[in-house]
Amino acid sequence: MSEFVNMTIERSNVQLSKTDFESDQMVKWCPGCGAHAILAAVERVFPKIGYRKENFCMVSGIGCSSRFPYYVNTYGIHGIHGRAAAIGTGVKVANPRLSVWIASGDGDSLAIGGNHFIHLIRRNVDVNYILFNNQIYGLTKGQYSPTTPMGKITKTSPQGTIEHPFTVGELVMGAQGTFFARVPDNNISLMTESMFEAAKHDGTSVMEIMQNCIIYADKAHFDVIGKEVKDENMLILKNGAPMLFGKNNEKGLRLGDTGMEVAEIGKDGITVDDILVHDPYDKDPGIHTMLAKLAPPHFPMVFGVIRSAMFPTYDDLVEEQIKYAKETSKIKNVDDLLNSGDTWEIN
Amino acid sequence: MAKKKRSVVEKESVVVKFVGDSGDGMQFTGGLFSDSSALAGVDIATFPDFPSEIRAPQNTIAGVSGFQVHLGSEKIFTTGDMVDVLIAMNPASLKSNMKWARKGATIIVDTDAFSDKPLEKAGYKSNPLDDGSLESYHMIKSPITTLTKESLKDLNIDSKTAERSKNMFALGMLYYIFNRDPKTSFSYFEKKFKKDPKVVEINKLVIQSGYNYADTIEVLESVIQVSAAKMEKGRYRNITGNIATAWGLLAAAEKSRRPLFLGSYPITPATEILMELSKHKSLGAKVFQAEDEIAGICSAIGASFTGSMACTSTSGPGLSLKSEAIGLAVITELPLVIVNVQRGGPSTGLPTKSEQSDLYQALFGRNGECPVIVIAASTSENCFYYAYMAAKYSMEHMTPCILLTDGYLGFGSTLFKIPKMAEMPAIKPPMAKPNDPDYKPYKRDTKTLARQWAIPGMEGLRHRIGGLEKEDIIGTVSTDPMNHQKMVEYRAEKVERIADYIPLQEVYGEKSGDLLVVSWGGTFGAVHSAVQNLQREGKKVSHAHFHYIMPLPKNTGEIFAGYKNIVVCELNSGQFVNYLRMRHPSASYHQFNKVQGQPFMINELTTKFNQLLEEK
Ligand SMILES: Cc1ncc(C[n+]2csc(CCOP(=O)(O)OP(=O)(O)O)c2C)c(N)n1
Ligand code: SF4
Ligand SMILES: [Mg+2]
Repeated sequence: MSEFVNMTIERSNVQLSKTDFESDQMVKWCPGCGAHAILAAVERVFPKIGYRKENFCMVSGIGCSSRFPYYVNTYGIHGIHGRAAAIGTGVKVANPRLSVWIASGDGDSLAIGGNHFIHLIRRNVDVNYILFNNQIYGLTKGQYSPTTPMGKITKTSPQGTIEHPFTVGELVMGAQGTFFARVPDNNISLMTESMFEAAKHDGTSVMEIMQNCIIYADKAHFDVIGKEVKDENMLILKNGAPMLFGKNNEKGLRLGDTGMEVAEIGKDGITVDDILVHDPYDKDPGIHTMLAKLAPPHFPMVFGVIRSAMFPTYDDLVEEQIKYAKETSKIKNVDDLLNSGDTWEIN
Repeated sequence: MAKKKRSVVEKESVVVKFVGDSGDGMQFTGGLFSDSSALAGVDIATFPDFPSEIRAPQNTIAGVSGFQVHLGSEKIFTTGDMVDVLIAMNPASLKSNMKWARKGATIIVDTDAFSDKPLEKAGYKSNPLDDGSLESYHMIKSPITTLTKESLKDLNIDSKTAERSKNMFALGMLYYIFNRDPKTSFSYFEKKFKKDPKVVEINKLVIQSGYNYADTIEVLESVIQVSAAKMEKGRYRNITGNIATAWGLLAAAEKSRRPLFLGSYPITPATEILMELSKHKSLGAKVFQAEDEIAGICSAIGASFTGSMACTSTSGPGLSLKSEAIGLAVITELPLVIVNVQRGGPSTGLPTKSEQSDLYQALFGRNGECPVIVIAASTSENCFYYAYMAAKYSMEHMTPCILLTDGYLGFGSTLFKIPKMAEMPAIKPPMAKPNDPDYKPYKRDTKTLARQWAIPGMEGLRHRIGGLEKEDIIGTVSTDPMNHQKMVEYRAEKVERIADYIPLQEVYGEKSGDLLVVSWGGTFGAVHSAVQNLQREGKKVSHAHFHYIMPLPKNTGEIFAGYKNIVVCELNSGQFVNYLRMRHPSASYHQFNKVQGQPFMINELTTKFNQLLEEK
């Protein structure tokens, strides 16, 4: 991990620890819910990020996942269903010296809040967005969501869903996302690492956490991240490293004539040098978009930081325009404004 | 040119309307005329009458654009019911505006535009200029286009450009008719087109030619003089309600030292507020054009949590979209100004017309028990003051406030006596103090019941708020039944207590009598004028115009008790009157309602009032 984080946010002058961010509220998620791990990762990464503890602000919508702000001891606002992105935009634009963290579910982000989600990303507002993807509506007890796989039986799809699900990463890229990471809920160190990278990134950092809802969609992600299949179905990306996977890293991804291909090292003279090397900082989203879409059975699903590209952020541009206007405008206060243009005296 | 001696008639009030095709520059011409009138010290009120389509076909009724200005040597309150002087640049505009022309009105037409095709497009079977149908008006039929081209022939410009100046020729004629110096508008062109002397020359020449022409042919037996009105001393400007609203918000932000944040989505007739505030980044205003109204208000709530003076501006349909989020601001007890520039509804309704039909929505249109402050401006100019007060009460009492204006106020303009910021009332939001060991998110001020405003970044005050019910004082999530009841009552009582801070209701006229006329919001001008007329006739009529709707001023019931009859006038089917029936049930109320997307006519009001006075 690089130590460089946003320098405009005031840093703590004492070393903070996990306990500085623990709240005194009872955490009411079901035992075994993947959300617990996310909370643990956040409590672990916030002290590492090193900002003053008052400079963190949590924002959420509605859902099991959106209870998050109550469980971390920071400033926090628990919003309304689907609107976390909009509330978070207001917080960040109003005060860019806050580290804003949004917690939101797959329904919250992609169904009712889909519009705000894509526009947040398109604007590249500098917030960190933790998307708890459990492929289900947890809080309302088990209806299908925009990420529920086609055919899945849920409370509102007794014969199986007949909707095509969103792939979060693809949607993020489509909305011109500058940062996207995907993490399973059973790998806290990868989660913490990705969160730190998200904090470092200036712009909207979307982290999709493959979260298990033990009650309504148990093991939904297990055909990717389950013990028996994970070696074949998961590829964990590292900056500057070849994209290898398999029990003994014997497989890798390479770019063929028609797109991404799985190649076996040693077969047909293929060496590690033929394998794509990950560059999350590439501004061109081409490879990142391909990577975000990959899924079993023909490909592994990729995890870690897929994209982290530098582009101007909305909140920086707002500050720039205000600074310029303040320097150049003749109107310095409201009295100036009231007396600007055509005015006349009556005696 | 040797000055002839003209005969002059003094008029106390005159209504002038400029109408023509969208491309004829009527808004601009009307604007120049009203500015020159204001400079001459005359009181003015203006209203633009935009076509409903952006690019309607030329010479059709749908493409007619108008600008009305009411001039007065006494204080005037409306933009005028009927038109005294109409300038119609084409047949369609004449046709669609004849219903507003007073019998005997002076009508100036460009005869060049009255050829077969435009007449047919306007739906005229015969040419009204020579079929005798306009005999009861004073017609001034001038070939304005031809004369304009003629006056520019030495300048060697193309005929299209020349033709486009015909509105300035008409303006010149009007300056003659109103005994004004045509040069008053020259300085505008000299300033605006400094870099383009040709434009300045053309416009000056055409205005002067129009003036000279009117003088030469002596268009009127005597020219009209509207003398300067007796106005309070001070510096003035002309202002529309939407601009005044935007500036009122900026003023409140400056006074309270809370940065302004506006989250908004364009919608007629509220868009100007968003556009205007976008221009004032030099005052630190942060303006966020959101992806929809919900994001507009939600971003504002985020900004309010963060310590900004947060606002969102919209019109009826947008207010509907904001309902759920208003509830969030109510339960989180955050300040927020929601400006609703009302238009005709329901649904898309009459987007460009004005109505007062969102009052129920403002008062009640949310889930749960969800009280907010409701304030209504009554003139274009006082949108400034009431926007300011909306922000003041919202911040000082930590609760959202809906400010109601309407399309008529928003687009219309009146003269505005420029206030001094030093003289505006203080705004003191209850900011929490960093590291205050006694800070609790829902601890309340004993007087106002407002909680303190602790903003992210403040040391020692980390806390969480949100849409779930909170425990009194400590602010953790609570589902306790008694606590919920208590919190519901606190939120209601907090808003009710604002009655201790707003001014008492004023009454124009005697404190008792035969009839009290009650109104609110944008109908002030018409209702007040009607009451004044009756008062001058010696009738025992008084007027109470409400700006503070929720809560109502404390003396409301007491006022109502003083009259035999009360009539509540509003541009809806009776929303305020029903609210009064609920809040002050012991009084009995008559009502006078109109829901046509049109303002009240002074005449229809006086007729109604007289009828009630006779009934006994
Ligand atoms: C306006 C509105 N509509 C519906 C609901 C009900 N609701 C609450 S949470 C939720 C879905 C939550 O699913 P998700 O966002 O995936 O969160 P999870 O509980 O799975 O973490 C729904 C439909 C609501 N609270 N508000
Ligand atoms: S219902 Fe599912 S998502 Fe919600 S807390 Fe329980 S396990 Fe977690
Ligand atoms: Mg979910």
